[in-house]
Amino acid sequence: MQTTVRLQREDFDAAAEQAALTRGRTDIGAVVTFTGICRGAESGEPIAALTLEHYPGMAEAEIARHIEEATSRWPLLGVTVIHRYGRIEPGENIMMVATASSHREAAFAAAEFLMDYLKTKAPFWKQVESQSGKAWVEAKGADDQAAARWNKPPGSEAAE
Amino acid sequence: MKLVYFAWVRERVGKAEEELAPPASVRTVADLMRWLGEQGEEYAHAFEQAKSIRAAIDKTHVRPDAAIAGAREIAFFPPMTGG
Repeated sequence: MQTTVRLQREDFDAAAEQAALTRGRTDIGAVVTFTGICRGAESGEPIAALTLEHYPGMAEAEIARHIEEATSRWPLLGVTVIHRYGRIEPGENIMMVATASSHREAAFAAAEFLMDYLKTKAPFWKQVESQSGKAWVEAKGADDQAAARWNKPPGSEAAE
Repeated sequence: MKLVYFAWVRERVGKAEEELAPPASVRTVADLMRWLGEQGEEYAHAFEQAKSIRAAIDKTHVRPDAAIAGAREIAFFPPMTGG
């Protein structure tokens, strides 16, 4: 399987990453791409930027571990995960996940699984910069619940 | 052992990393958080909400009851908010 994991300060081109994932392949029948983008407001208050802090080494290891887990659950043909760190302004990309498979079900499910886990297990922290100063984003209980729904016997995901 | 801190834990402690040698009575991650909380005002402030702090030993998530013996690097940080 083709796996690409990159943590970087600079922006990325999601369309180019998707093209790289499928180039020269005729076995891939479905690619799901999710791109997380910095919103211009949080809880109704305009924000100037987000700053992403990460734990180098552990972030790569956690992403790799979850890709491995996704690969064991679904017949994937390729996975790309790119996550930025540093200062990101509204409208800019934060991260992306692309999953490739021969059919859509596996690609959709694996992309959601990876997003749910990256949100709650990958060591990244967002700080919001706004007129009222800087504040660390608090983890949402909803994200933990989204990740917990995958803790079911293998094979039961299709019934979701 | 090397201790590393992230996000508001790092800001409250006032440093990103340091080398510390806790006494032998400090056996688990929870013990270490309690002990760190006694190492000065900054640490007391950083570790007062120990329940909302997560830990990793050698870059793997661990629970508060995990043993710290043999650890090279222990990290403390708030719940993650990436993605």
